[in-house]
Amino acid sequence: MKYKTDVVVIGGGAAGMAAAYRAKKEGVDVILLERDEDTGGVLNQCIHNGFGLQYFRKDLTGPEFKEYAKERLEDIEILFGTYVLEVRKDRTIVFVDKRGIHEIETKALVMATGARERHFNSLPVPGKRITGVFTAGLAQRFINLENLKPGSKAVILGSGDIGLIMARRLTLEGIKVEAVLEIMPYPGGLERNVQQCLKDFDIPLYLSHTVTAIEGDRRLEKVIAAQVDYKWDPIPGTEKEFEVDTLITSVGLIPQTKPVDFVETDPGFLVSNTNQTSEDWIFAAGNCTVIFDLVDYVAKEGEKAGKYAALYARGEYKKGKKVKVRKGDNIGIVHPVYIDPTQESTLYIRVSRVFDRASIKVLPLDVEVIEDEARPPEMIVVKLKPFDENIDEIEVMADELISKLG
Amino acid sequence: MSSSQNLVKELTCVRCPLGCKVKIEYTEELEVLNVSGNKCPRGREYAIQEISDPHRILVTSVKVKKGKYLLASVKTTDAIPLRLFDEAMKIIEKLEIEAPVKRGDIIIKNFLETGTDLIVTRSVERL
Repeated sequence: MKYKTDVVVIGGGAAGMAAAYRAKKEGVDVILLERDEDTGGVLNQCIHNGFGLQYFRKDLTGPEFKEYAKERLEDIEILFGTYVLEVRKDRTIVFVDKRGIHEIETKALVMATGARERHFNSLPVPGKRITGVFTAGLAQRFINLENLKPGSKAVILGSGDIGLIMARRLTLEGIKVEAVLEIMPYPGGLERNVQQCLKDFDIPLYLSHTVTAIEGDRRLEKVIAAQVDYKWDPIPGTEKEFEVDTLITSVGLIPQTKPVDFVETDPGFLVSNTNQTSEDWIFAAGNCTVIFDLVDYVAKEGEKAGKYAALYARGEYKKGKKVKVRKGDNIGIVHPVYIDPTQESTLYIRVSRVFDRASIKVLPLDVEVIEDEARPPEMIVVKLKPFDENIDEIEVMADELISKLG
Repeated sequence: MSSSQNLVKELTCVRCPLGCKVKIEYTEELEVLNVSGNKCPRGREYAIQEISDPHRILVTSVKVKKGKYLLASVKTTDAIPLRLFDEAMKIIEKLEIEAPVKRGDIIIKNFLETGTDLIVTRSVERL
């Protein structure tokens, strides 16, 4: 079958639902492609609360956030069980579903394809590839959606938010969590999750530690961990053994950009403040651009992508001027990487080290924000007003703020 | 006189994702002397509760009969004492509800006499 529309959104998670909703609100025709039988993406299995405080001004669980967002999609065409095979430069989207292969001719596209979990097998850990090793997201899916128990005693590698949340979830389900191991000298997730997922349940967190080997015959029997030095090399003599049948990994997410392979990525889609990629008609939002801390940010970005994609489809937004956003001192991540100075922007920043009190500056604009206890895992959000179009480049930097009284 | 020594606790507020670092100074008799670092009144409330009886929202899931999905996620409408979590999970483990259920449906009213209800957070259609 051949379809024709103004805006196609690929991916029905938090970013995609928000993009489709907003594009439709701008008055254009929208088709949302979702590979699953329902929208929501990972929200469906994130049954914990803490979502939506900024976006819906309510403390919601993942499934509730998804239902609130989905209720706004009533008059939007959603094609479920679809898998996108190809995005062509001539603005044709090719997808497959139960009925066969179809094409959509569109004016603009929003990529909202999210991210995938990095797997244990991508880490250089010796040992057999035995059963009992799961990514945190997969374990979450087993427990929260499929009513399956992955094991009875576990170690968690990585203290990102998903790892922390799974430590609590496993404990509540009667699975003993022996330890959470983190290679960095600070926790990888939000401070509030360290409190309510580990400290609340007396689960030990070993910082500057990693897994050095796994042992077992068919099923995991033992995890061996060690402390690491500043180069992440294990320190001899610091080994610890954990007799567990399960290893849960929370070792990072990788933005999912396929099947679009002709736009700038690093590793996610590089976009401007209007969510436009290097290809004029392709916009992108959410974890396929950069890994966000909060679904609220993802949904806001999705809305913005939907809005500009709709304006583009109507011919009211072209390729904007692109001011490069440069990473200055002590900045790990800054998103977006380009700014159309005629539009407002929201910068999402991760510092590259821990600060007691950080001063974040945007140069040459006269913008400074002060952040207490800035840590790489917690995104700092800075809003910028439209600025002088003659500026070629802006730079974001962070500095320790030393009290003048001290 | 020895009991008059002041105590200090530094906490991370979990009421919202901002995660304010809240410092509370209090006496052994749990008399609050000072709360600082919180960006909103909820941070103060949180710190005061945290030194006496920590409360959290409990989130988990229950089995669903005749539903499109095997499980429906649930939560307590408000935070309940953390010390009741074990008991709460033992009760929830045995529960089985029948589809259809809708987001917001109350499964147990006044759960464990806490004044909060256990509600469904995911709608499940009947098969």
